[in-house]
Amino acid sequence: MQFVLLWTTGMDYWRKPLDIDRYKIPHGTIHIIKDRCKGCNFCIEFCSNKVLEVSDEFNAKGYHPPQVKDPAGCVACKLCELICPEFAIYVTEDKQETIPKEDPHEN
Amino acid sequence: MSRNDIHPMDKLIRADRMPHIWCSGCGLGTNFSCFLSALDQSGLDTDKCVIVSGIGCTGRIPGYTNIDSYHTTHGRAIPFATGLKLANPELTVTVFSGDGDLFAIGGNHFIHAARRNVDINIICVNNFNYGMTGGQYGPTTPLDAITTTSPYGNYEHPFNLVHVAAGSGAVFVARWTSLHVRRLTKSIKEALLKKGFTFIEIISPCPTSYGRRNKLGDGLEEMKYYQKNSVISHGIDPKDTDLDLNGKIVVGKFIDIDKPTFLDKQPDLLSMAEKNKK
Repeated sequence: MQFVLLWTTGMDYWRKPLDIDRYKIPHGTIHIIKDRCKGCNFCIEFCSNKVLEVSDEFNAKGYHPPQVKDPAGCVACKLCELICPEFAIYVTEDKQETIPKEDPHEN
Repeated sequence: MSRNDIHPMDKLIRADRMPHIWCSGCGLGTNFSCFLSALDQSGLDTDKCVIVSGIGCTGRIPGYTNIDSYHTTHGRAIPFATGLKLANPELTVTVFSGDGDLFAIGGNHFIHAARRNVDINIICVNNFNYGMTGGQYGPTTPLDAITTTSPYGNYEHPFNLVHVAAGSGAVFVARWTSLHVRRLTKSIKEALLKKGFTFIEIISPCPTSYGRRNKLGDGLEEMKYYQKNSVISHGIDPKDTDLDLNGKIVVGKFIDIDKPTFLDKQPDLLSMAEKNKK
């Protein structure tokens, strides 16, 4: 379990992947449309990197919308965007310099 | 809400009608989001896609979709959809409705459309009760479940929707829960692109009616229950996929076959009839 946590929360690998230099973990920015939120907490519970948390503020309908706890942890998987019943959260993937992907089987 | 807030799905929803009427913790919004993603990913021309529904909480979905949509009479979503498909075979017709609408009021329409293999896609959201009218028991309510009309427990045997669809002749049958967003999206995409009568059942939380009376907790608790108790068994015999009140939920893709659709043989027959007339 500890290994899995390390794998998902940090870049601290229990075994260094052989092709790590050829891949870059994507990073996303989370946008929350606060007044659409109805406080079901699906996004907070099912985010695999636990990036979100419940905020103390109220929106126009009296719900507590989520807030970003750990902006660096978002890997732009967009699960929150898909699971949100209210179309209140979305993720944009940050542009990064691309690493040329070489075919490992190429001689 | 500021005008700058633009969700990527705002192009396919009627954003001016948001927030929708569904309760906090209801799975319908998630199912709707999965459908829109699938529609977006399928590459189909949205001008050639139609969504039809009957009455109920799920029946509100076409009203929030920014494609051609029909909110029809109770239980009659499939006849309307069949008519659409026959009148204009190049349309991709999807029926998005609830378990009560499709299997109680519209049960006969369902089995005969499946038997004929009309080329339409059915997505049935199953929340085990009539949520909009106050939580009465319906054809999918499990044995011993508490509803407003079965306060001492339901004693009617429920339908196994997957088995009904497979037995009636559907060419694609799958079941997912509201939690399986990626797999559900993939299944809907497959169904949209498949020819013939496809059926997808979505087990969905109803925290206000069914969940509250059966002590299942709020929507989040029900989603956690799906996470813990779902068993993915692709290709399993549909008769082994019964649902219990607090038992395991068998999910997966059970049937994926090909057979001629209702419209496939019609051009040949028409030309034959015309030849005989001469």
